[in-house]
Amino acid sequence: MDGYHQHQYLEGEVRIPSGCAISGIIDRSGKRFSGSDAITSISVMHDRSNGLGGGFAGYGIYPEYEDFTALHIFYYGSEAKRKTEEFLEEHFDLINLSKIPTEKHRAITDEPLIWRYFVMPLPTKLASSQLDEDEYTARCVIRINKEIDGSYVFSSGKNMGVFKAVGYPEDVGAFYRLDDYKGYSWTVHGRYPTNTPGWWGGAHPFSLLSYSVVHNGEISSYDANRRFIEMYGYACTLKTDTEVITYMIDYLHRRQGLTLEEVSSVIAAPFWSTIECKDEEERNALTYLRNTFASMLITGPFSIILGYNGGLMALNDRLKLRSMVAAEKGDKIFIASEEAAIRIIEPNPDRLWYPIGGKPVIAELYTTGQGGAHGHQLPVSGL
Amino acid sequence: MAINYLYPDFEVQRNESRCITCRVCERQCANLVHHYDAETGRMTSDESLCVNCHRCVSLCPTRALKIVKTDHVFKENANWRGEVIQDIYRQAETGGVLLASMGTPKPYPVYWDKMLINASQVTNPSIDPLREPMETTTFLGKKSTTIRRDEQGKLITDTTPQLKLAIPIMFSAMSYGSISYNAHKSLALAAEQLGTFYNTGEGGLHEDFYRHGKNTIVQVASGRFGVHPGYLNAGAAIEIKMGQGAKPGIGGHLPGSKIGQDISKTRMIPLHSDAISPAPHHDIYSIEDLRQLVYALKEATNYTKPVIVKVAAVHNISAIASGIARSGADIIAIDGFRGGTGAAPARIRDNVGIPIELALASVDERLRAEGIRNQVSLVVGGSIRSSADVIKAIALGADAIYIATSALIALGCHLCRTCHSGKCNWGIATQNPELVKRLNPEIGSEHLVNLLTAWNHEIKEMMGGMGINSIEALKGNRLMLRGIGLCDAELRILGISHAGA
Repeated sequence: MDGYHQHQYLEGEVRIPSGCAISGIIDRSGKRFSGSDAITSISVMHDRSNGLGGGFAGYGIYPEYEDFTALHIFYYGSEAKRKTEEFLEEHFDLINLSKIPTEKHRAITDEPLIWRYFVMPLPTKLASSQLDEDEYTARCVIRINKEIDGSYVFSSGKNMGVFKAVGYPEDVGAFYRLDDYKGYSWTVHGRYPTNTPGWWGGAHPFSLLSYSVVHNGEISSYDANRRFIEMYGYACTLKTDTEVITYMIDYLHRRQGLTLEEVSSVIAAPFWSTIECKDEEERNALTYLRNTFASMLITGPFSIILGYNGGLMALNDRLKLRSMVAAEKGDKIFIASEEAAIRIIEPNPDRLWYPIGGKPVIAELYTTGQGGAHGHQLPVSGL
Repeated sequence: MAINYLYPDFEVQRNESRCITCRVCERQCANLVHHYDAETGRMTSDESLCVNCHRCVSLCPTRALKIVKTDHVFKENANWRGEVIQDIYRQAETGGVLLASMGTPKPYPVYWDKMLINASQVTNPSIDPLREPMETTTFLGKKSTTIRRDEQGKLITDTTPQLKLAIPIMFSAMSYGSISYNAHKSLALAAEQLGTFYNTGEGGLHEDFYRHGKNTIVQVASGRFGVHPGYLNAGAAIEIKMGQGAKPGIGGHLPGSKIGQDISKTRMIPLHSDAISPAPHHDIYSIEDLRQLVYALKEATNYTKPVIVKVAAVHNISAIASGIARSGADIIAIDGFRGGTGAAPARIRDNVGIPIELALASVDERLRAEGIRNQVSLVVGGSIRSSADVIKAIALGADAIYIATSALIALGCHLCRTCHSGKCNWGIATQNPELVKRLNPEIGSEHLVNLLTAWNHEIKEMMGGMGINSIEALKGNRLMLRGIGLCDAELRILGISHAGA
């Protein structure tokens, strides 16, 4: 800032809380469907966002490249692109690269260069790093985001992709032509930030590897969580809640090997008074998790939908300070901030319920056993 | 006889029209300030003996007494102030080290007072502790870094020993000897009732107090007073005292006059011998030696007790803390230079060490930068005066707080700062049986319980205001703090932004 001209704060320079709308759909049979349902669902909640950020995550959208990491990257300028591609060449085999197809939309402006790469780590580099593939890729992504100015990797999973922009989510969906993609699950987010970020990276979903998070809320534990997770190699460059939540889930689920239920009882830990009432084995486990990962407890309002390969998990803060509704129809599970956003795409669900605060709703493909011992069972409580 | 250059600091003002010559003041003053003059039938006072402890003022039934600062002055001099001149007179006369008690009264910056706490407005809701759960339970101890599971995939939930605190505040070390039996009993009873811990200090544990062991931290200091296997195993945790905020670099002092029968037995030293702890531990000349003592104590207690290492906040505190974190210690306690003492050389108390706020901020940041913050818990003390100070300390990164001066004030201490005289009129810092019995441990513990209960209410209110309903989400949450009137260097060290930013 030169002190004379007005400065517009960018994401990462200031902390920006935001209100939001979220929605998610999964077909547990694995049947793939286009992104249009997610667009329709979120459009009903238009007033929950303010045109300053919208985005989608689709899973199962790149079956022809399912063994490769799909990197979606924003570039602000060709120099950033050149540096990043140099870095990528050094660390990965580039299987395919192209611009992400977009369609001009009058409500979506100032777009950066948006590129997609299908990559796999260079075997020699990977071996010498002594890391597994995920950790190797994650570190490379964090490094690009932290160190290459004007370059931002916003999606880095396998057989999944994030699409986001500044704008209303339904316009963002049209811009990225999400009708053309087919996935077995979709999440979507409309953002209501409290200032004008003007930067595309700040939109949701926030993603690392195949984890993606859409989030509504403002967490009061942010700096406690941030300062803790940064000890383990993560760099919270955006100063947003969603970023820190994603990193914590990555740390707990991928790196520590906790099940998603266990992850939930860390980040939305039951109250001590609730833990006291459990039988000894459960009490010990819950006490252990809460104590060991005390600094990963999230307080303040949040509702999140976590997307991962093979499933979705929805979770509310333990006081349920944000609305969230879930519904089931046949093989499909729907989750949204508002009931209307479900009924617009599925007017007659088999059942519809309001998940209890702190209790995860986990919906997985019938074929996946990932995400915890209890698999795809849905909690019957709160029906 | 030489001329006495010293003019008394205080004047005892007696409202003659109120005084009923009941002579309570005379009986209550161990410093012998008040006398009854039989000839005139009036009370007189020798103010040169007065320490301004307010015992007489508080007990005077007609409120006839007050103590005022003398308006006698030296010729004004911004450099050679009156107190400076008087100290030189004292040392010229005695040839001795100036002794002092309690924390430094010098006007160093108090950073607690230059930090402001956040609250929620609009974008997220504040939480009402009257209507929603608000959690202050805290565990102290090393946290494991790898998840282990048994053959069935169930979590293995063993941990290294932990201290569970219902509130994140403990009573810090004050030895039996520096304070009285009744003061110790008050602390023990209160700790038990509050679900927290008190600390024996370096004076051993009186046999009557073994029954409060599960709320006791036993200290091992350089003098090893009162240390034996039964003592080590009596408490819930063991604290190695490497240093004290009020007197970094030197050991403890307890004059022989305070070493009566009971204290001699508890400390395992001869009757009326001075108890002067060595400045260093003579088995710890380096960090690797500390590790040996940590593990020796763990061996002696079969790895059932967490080991705390207490150090004074000194210039290189973050590197020292990093070394301690790798020494096997479970908890690091840091004592800031405004912390109290029962006796210390005044020059050391007033000039050595650094404020706890800066030490805490710097240590927490360093341990995180090295990725080892979760290997140790951090307890800080050294003049924590209110629930707001507690909130600020936790937001800077402390796991829990040690208080001592605040606790003594709750017991009736008026901070006259003459503990080293052994003539505490409030029955706290004395071993004179007549004075000790003035402190009723039941009432004392009730006051301590009241104080911390009140603080805990306030902590919950402020947490709720920030939209935080569990204390762990406040720990290290520096976004909840803003500096006021601090320079860039101070803000950088504290790791906070200025108010308005």
